[in-house]
Amino acid sequence: MPSMLRDGSRRDVLAAGGLAALAALLAPRMALADEKAVEAEIKKLYGEKKLESGRIKLDVPQIAENGLVVPINVEIESTMTADDYVKAVHVFADGNPQPGIVSYRFTPECGKAAAATRMRLAQTQNIVCVAEMSDGKLYSTKSEVKVTIGGCGG
Amino acid sequence: MISRRQFLQATAAASVIASASGLGPLGRAAAQQRLSQADISRFDALGRLTILHITDVHAQLMPVYFREPSVNLGVGEANGKPPHLTDKEFRAHFNVAAGSADAYALTSDDFVSLAKNYGRMGGMDRIATLVKAVRAERGDDNVLLLDGGDTWQGSWTSLKTNGQDMVDVQTALKIDAMSSHWEFTLGHERVKEIAEKAPFAFLAQNVRSLEWQEPVFEARKIFERGGAKVSVIGQALPRTAVANPRWMFPDWEFGIREDDIQKQVDESRAAGADVVVLLSHNGFDVDRKLASRVKGIDVILTAHTHDAMPGVLKVGETILIASGSHGKFLSRLDLDIRDKRVAGYRYKLMPVFSDAIAADADMKTLVEKIRAPFAADLSRELARTDSLLYRRGNFNGTFDDLICDAMRSERDAEISLSPGFRWGGTLVPGDAITFEALANATAMTYPNCYRTEMTGEQLHAVLEDVADNIFHPDPYFQGGGDMVRVGGMGYSMDVSKPVNQRISGMTELKTGKPIEAARKYVVAGWASVNQNTEGPPIWDVVEKYLARVKTVRLEPNTSVIVTGA
Repeated sequence: MPSMLRDGSRRDVLAAGGLAALAALLAPRMALADEKAVEAEIKKLYGEKKLESGRIKLDVPQIAENGLVVPINVEIESTMTADDYVKAVHVFADGNPQPGIVSYRFTPECGKAAAATRMRLAQTQNIVCVAEMSDGKLYSTKSEVKVTIGGCGG
Repeated sequence: MISRRQFLQATAAASVIASASGLGPLGRAAAQQRLSQADISRFDALGRLTILHITDVHAQLMPVYFREPSVNLGVGEANGKPPHLTDKEFRAHFNVAAGSADAYALTSDDFVSLAKNYGRMGGMDRIATLVKAVRAERGDDNVLLLDGGDTWQGSWTSLKTNGQDMVDVQTALKIDAMSSHWEFTLGHERVKEIAEKAPFAFLAQNVRSLEWQEPVFEARKIFERGGAKVSVIGQALPRTAVANPRWMFPDWEFGIREDDIQKQVDESRAAGADVVVLLSHNGFDVDRKLASRVKGIDVILTAHTHDAMPGVLKVGETILIASGSHGKFLSRLDLDIRDKRVAGYRYKLMPVFSDAIAADADMKTLVEKIRAPFAADLSRELARTDSLLYRRGNFNGTFDDLICDAMRSERDAEISLSPGFRWGGTLVPGDAITFEALANATAMTYPNCYRTEMTGEQLHAVLEDVADNIFHPDPYFQGGGDMVRVGGMGYSMDVSKPVNQRISGMTELKTGKPIEAARKYVVAGWASVNQNTEGPPIWDVVEKYLARVKTVRLEPNTSVIVTGA
């Protein structure tokens, strides 16, 4: 997907009323992150290490029903034994004021590497998830969440 | 009610009129058709189980005209595939003769002359007749009657009775289960109240409490019919909280929840189900995709997108049915169940021609009783129309042009916005515009006609947002209805482009000047999903306008230019 980032027009519309439903959730004028900001965050943590695909089950809605509280569930496939477990999971958003959403740290005692929370999303954007395994391997996936003005339904 | 005999005479007379008035070959061919209740209900029965499906009735108790869309674009994988076929392409695909009764029921061209020949469609008393006939033929224990939802909204009586009129009709029809969407616009308390009391099952696997993600409604129910265990899983419109005001059901969350449907299917099989049916309000394209991803569904009864198809569509082993809207059709699906699986099926989309089907006396009495307290409002004539007034279609409809004109005129606005709802009946030239007809296109629980200022840039963002809700190539990202209708402004749309690149050439129609991004325009609209939207109900706005213009004449709307389809 191309980046969904745009200038401030979207926020102005939403604040204008009329069809706008999401005015309340939008931050006042401030710079929003982008794909590069997310890449930079990942680099800060893991340098140039390769990101592989797979193992991550990232469950976010295709369309947010309420951008203020968007549910996210993430689960990493792992035996969670002393010699093979998930060490950390980081979640980023490429269209919020700050790219960082949440970081989780796991030990083999956790039994499984799964977590759920709610996040606030300012606009349609990608949610990026990175998982660090005990052997140092990194896995990554991303999923787009659409934040829409709403209305006009069927 | 015209008796069958009178109907034939009327048709014969229409034939004469058609040739005399030079309606052309379509009009004549159509008028030469003969229709009877027996033709409509004739069916070569198969197996023991019959599933009847009706959906998107939108509270239409009485027969109506309903013109099918002339523009119904499919994007992505749905491009050019049924149900995204109209008129000639539709008739060619489904082998329907031009000018035939089926052409009138299923396509839009030559609608006015065909409407004169074939009359209104639907009416709950006619549907009751067909349902009773099938039950009598097959035996009560072998028939399952399922309602796909969008039943409790769309008329003055449903609005005024909080959907009770339709609940009473559903109860009298003895429906077994229903799905839902517009039902939620009655508010969460009312929906809960009906769901708990009704003698039928209100099934919705995909509605959860926001806080705890607990199921709000029964997800599925197993019925024993036709010697088989039939598991019916309910699916509400996944985008209800986006397409309609979330504040009306603030504690509920929706979504497609594909994994949970799979779980419901697997649990159904484990519980001994021979047949698994998804009673869906996803919309056709979402169901087409879902059928390719969720394993083990035998039948998906589709809804929401108001498509009517005279044949099934198969995705793998899953049969998809599309039963239309507004009571125009009743679907019959016979299943031959052997060794706990569907060994064969036979399907018919029964068109409910109100002049050919006798009214069921009990249902007729019930409908009269429901309507009696509102008779004065329903019959009040507001104006007459010289033009065909319809709504359904991706981009514009003349009924919406009328509403948009009324808003600009009565609310003193430069530009008007009217939502792209798929519901609302059709009026043919010469018809009276009664308050009932207006209510059929506007009756809903958030009708306020607002007046506000928006910049050109903001208008552009609104059009882009709505366009993406229809034309996102992945149906799971599509949100609701047809394109928002615009009064006072024209634009171009390239359907094939991604979001924020589809809309261009926005032009103020009055001056022919381009819409300026930074300039503020006075905009009127209705059906905002915002709480506490101020303004008179839209039907008051249109009624005032009609009282002034008295006769509606609308030129074809050419202000939206579509490419990339």
